Amino acid sequence: MRKIWDLVGGVHPPENKHQSVQQPIGRLPLPEKLVIPLNQHIGAPPKLVVNIGDEVLKGQVLAEPNGMVSVGVHAPTSGVISDISDYPIPHPSGMSARCITLIPDNYDRWIEHAGLDDFRACSPAKLLELIREAGIAGLGGAGFPAAVKLSARKPVSTLIINATECEPYITADDMLIRERAEDIVEGIRILAYILGDPEEVLIGIEDNKPEAYEALQPYLADTNIELVEFPTRYPSGGEKQLIQILTGKEVPSGGMPADIGIVCQNIGTTYAIQRAIRHGEPLISRVTTVTGRACTLNRNYQTLIGTPISHLLKHNGYDHHHCARLIMGGPMMGFTLTDMDVPVIKTTNCILAPSKEELPTPPPAQACIRCGMCAEACPASLLPQQLFWYAQSQNYERLEAHNLFDCIECGACSYVCPSNIPLVQYYRAAKGEIRKQAQEKIKSDRARARFEFQQARKAKEEAEKSAKREARKKAAAEARAKSGDPAATTDSQSDIVQAAMARAAEKQASPEAQKAKLERGVARAENHLQTVEQRLLAAEQDGNEQQVEQARAAVADARLRLDDALAKLQALETEGASTENKVMERLQASPNEALQKKIASLRERIAITEQKIAEADDEALETALQNGLDKQIGKLKEAEKQLAETPAGDAVLTPAGTTDAAAAAIAKAQARAAAMGNLSEEDKLRESIMSLEGRIEKAQAKLDEARASESEHVDALQTGLNKLQQKLLDNREKYFALTGQTIGSEEQPQDAASVAIARAQARAVELANMSEQDKLREAVNSLKGRLEKSRQKLRQAEAEGSEHVEALRTASEKLEAKLAAAEQQLAEYNA
Amino acid sequence: MALLKLTSPHAHAAQNTGAVMRLVLLATIPGLLALTVFFGWGSLINILIAGTVAVCCEALVMRLRKRPVMFYLRDCSALVTAVLLGLALPPLAPWWVVVIGTGFAILIAKHLYGGLGYNPFNPAMVGYVVLLISFPVQMTAWATPLPLYPEGLSAPSFWESLQIVFPVLSPGNIDAVTAATPLDTFKHNSSLLVTQLYEKTPLFSQAHWAGLGWEWVNLGFLAGGILLLARRVFTWHAPVAMLSSLALCAALFYDSGSSASHGSPLMHLLSGGTMLGAFFIVTDPVTSATSNRGRLIYGALIGVLIFIIRSWGSYPDAVAFAVLLMNFAAPLIDNYTLPRTYGHTKSRRATKKKE
Repeated sequence: MRKIWDLVGGVHPPENKHQSVQQPIGRLPLPEKLVIPLNQHIGAPPKLVVNIGDEVLKGQVLAEPNGMVSVGVHAPTSGVISDISDYPIPHPSGMSARCITLIPDNYDRWIEHAGLDDFRACSPAKLLELIREAGIAGLGGAGFPAAVKLSARKPVSTLIINATECEPYITADDMLIRERAEDIVEGIRILAYILGDPEEVLIGIEDNKPEAYEALQPYLADTNIELVEFPTRYPSGGEKQLIQILTGKEVPSGGMPADIGIVCQNIGTTYAIQRAIRHGEPLISRVTTVTGRACTLNRNYQTLIGTPISHLLKHNGYDHHHCARLIMGGPMMGFTLTDMDVPVIKTTNCILAPSKEELPTPPPAQACIRCGMCAEACPASLLPQQLFWYAQSQNYERLEAHNLFDCIECGACSYVCPSNIPLVQYYRAAKGEIRKQAQEKIKSDRARARFEFQQARKAKEEAEKSAKREARKKAAAEARAKSGDPAATTDSQSDIVQAAMARAAEKQASPEAQKAKLERGVARAENHLQTVEQRLLAAEQDGNEQQVEQARAAVADARLRLDDALAKLQALETEGASTENKVMERLQASPNEALQKKIASLRERIAITEQKIAEADDEALETALQNGLDKQIGKLKEAEKQLAETPAGDAVLTPAGTTDAAAAAIAKAQARAAAMGNLSEEDKLRESIMSLEGRIEKAQAKLDEARASESEHVDALQTGLNKLQQKLLDNREKYFALTGQTIGSEEQPQDAASVAIARAQARAVELANMSEQDKLREAVNSLKGRLEKSRQKLRQAEAEGSEHVEALRTASEKLEAKLAAAEQQLAEYNA
Repeated sequence: MALLKLTSPHAHAAQNTGAVMRLVLLATIPGLLALTVFFGWGSLINILIAGTVAVCCEALVMRLRKRPVMFYLRDCSALVTAVLLGLALPPLAPWWVVVIGTGFAILIAKHLYGGLGYNPFNPAMVGYVVLLISFPVQMTAWATPLPLYPEGLSAPSFWESLQIVFPVLSPGNIDAVTAATPLDTFKHNSSLLVTQLYEKTPLFSQAHWAGLGWEWVNLGFLAGGILLLARRVFTWHAPVAMLSSLALCAALFYDSGSSASHGSPLMHLLSGGTMLGAFFIVTDPVTSATSNRGRLIYGALIGVLIFIIRSWGSYPDAVAFAVLLMNFAAPLIDNYTLPRTYGHTKSRRATKKKE
């Protein structure tokens, strides 16, 4: 005799099994329709393979397993698929889910099928495949795919067949054993073969089923299958409890029986597997107990999957007047149905329709007096009273410390509770809440990780960008140093900023101060000129050729400086920040007069310079003089323009009105200066390009005018225009160099008045977001566009015979070179 | 008709809290009988007064808390508290002592803490201790066992007993005849050997195992306790642990019956409130430890405390103090005595955080 271990805890609810074992397993007439839920198991829902209107044969596949932990469903009889949509399914929540509605044609025609005569001729893997294809999910209650349970990764030492059926009222397994013991034993052999013939094969059965025990005995005579009977006590049929009773081992918390080398299968599942292997029949029907005092007939039926509950009840004399609740499953773990039309599914072992006296509505719960009866009844050795206490106070940490998740929800604690507390419901709710919180925690952890990664990535990108920027700046500074540009000495960003600020400050300094400074400069230049002229005289007297040469150059230089200083002073007086001065001057004297005076003086100076050029025999000197001359001509032009623009009526302006206008002008000029100070290099360039374009337009207009009037300044004007155009080209070049590669600038303009700045920013951001490749592509495109334009201009110029042809040709050649370089880079990138 | 939506389990054992409480009340009858036989009507009168006060207080509180009064009265928990207090109080104690003790037990010790199931201290014992501290004279005057009544004095009838309890009822004051209890006798003994003390004191010389009357009272409560155990109202762990540890302590300090002896184990087991405490107070589920292992510790420590306070304390008995002290410790014991759950290699600590 085998040693039997004791079930810890447990209760003895009234069994009420005798009512439904009085008659053999019956068959019901086909219902009008079958409603087959797609998902009747634990795992992924299967894939539908039929459509509405399809005619199907009995046993035909309606849905295929979808993934490993999934089983299919089959047509329980032949007929037509009339609907595929959501219907109420048997579930504690009363929810609806996707169901296939089948209208039987009453011919009950089988699809072609065949079983295996000798299952040992097949590999276990093949048998598992057949079990899976037969749509077999655990018939005991949970509905776990049988094939998955049987494909254990660890070696199996014990196979346990669960014939316990400890829930009161249910007799489906009992009757199945009584009537089909031989088939069941063959099923057990198939299971043992699949599992590699474990050392122990046990059938666990409670001692309240002597008929089933006797029915099995004859078929076990020459097998290693051991039939073990043990005292009836709920919940000995729980998988974990049965393992403990039969082997003394415990399934580790959170683990599976397979972890300790045990596989458990239910009697119903074993029978279904035998049908599938031996006869090739998929799982399309099961034995279901219909019982309870609200039914006049209590009996077991071989029920087709999808049969509406109402059909079963109708044939058992169900009287709804006596029934307050309809239970699927037993009175301990079953759930109530709110819809009589839900179908029988693969896990439906019992339909219980108790009368109101049989299972009365529970009285209101009283306070828990911690009597501890629940702890005595608990098969998992939990402390239900403590769990209840902490569930009420939502102390989830304590609940987990009290091993809430080892609760199997058997209901023994609630059954014995003298205060009628629905303990299991508290545990379910707490478990649900803890799971929800755990999921939320996972979600928030993920979000945090994502955010942190994003931050790190941004920081890394920023670091890379700034490193690049530094490198570029350094390279630019070196290049400038090589080309001898004095500005190159300021090689760091902060120096540039400071210089810009200084310039801006200078511009914003009061006009008086500026004027004084410039006047000082003029005086200094005059002094210097006198000194060098004296030196020249002395050198000429000495007759030293070399010294004379040097002195002459020095004189020329000093003159130029003087001119420069004068010009600056003039500029201050006539334009820009010195608007006030100009206006004051205008108010004080007739502006035309002053301008005419200035023009006269300029012309005089130009004449002198021209003469000097003519006299000069040194090339360097000549160039220097020529430069000075150009400048003077420019100034003259400016003065003339002003003279032209200054209306004669200016003089009669009322002082008050003019002062207001002047103040406004000053404000505007100052704002502009401030804006200039704040602008980035790029923006400055754009600003200057725009202003240059404006100036070119004006110069062109003037030139045209001069040509029309055959003015003597045509040449001078032409030179000025050329210069402006050259400058514009240069600036554009620079601008491209800057924007083509620069990504963003740290000195964001504070003054957002300019729309252009905003546009540039947007573009910078866009560029910053682009990959290196995209940037190159963008650059190539823009270069192409520009080259096209440049060529067009060139053609136009050639056609017109303009003198800019040369400049334009140079520009387009440069562009071509750049484009080629960019394209090559891009090609390298793409490669 | 709409079908009900209820959660499992649908079946329910035919038990309820009221039935459990009534069974407890029933189990006190043997002890009460012995008290009445040996000490007169006093205990019964105590119980009647305490019961009335308790039910009134309970109803009042339920009324104030706007709860269905009858639903809560039917659980009989207030009555159990009253009966236990009435049994513990000296027979023929003045009526106001009983009223104050019961009122305190129900109103303060039970309902101010949240009512049935939420009180951390045993209400009857709180009531008892409050009285013992406040009215030591009345509380230490225990009625003389009837067989030991002085010559010429007869045991008071029920009416006379009522007159003693309610002095307004009697024109000339009747006084109860009081005597030392076995525990008092031992406490005040400093010169006699145990055997001499047993011979000289009629309280012992006329008894079988312990003090006259007391032994039967305790045996009565033991009988009631065994009935409750058999009916699985509580588990054996706490009472057995308490009685064992008390007996063990008494044996250790018996001092082979010298004049310094604190009394034999049998004397301790069958004296004072030992059995009442072991089966009706220590087993109170609300205030005791929850797990069986915890109850063993809880009971054993109560036994030790009883012996310490009886032997070296200055109170006539120690059950109430010992129980209240251990009520304090019960939640702590609970934290460290969780049972090993199925599938776990060892038991966890309740205070342990998630791994």
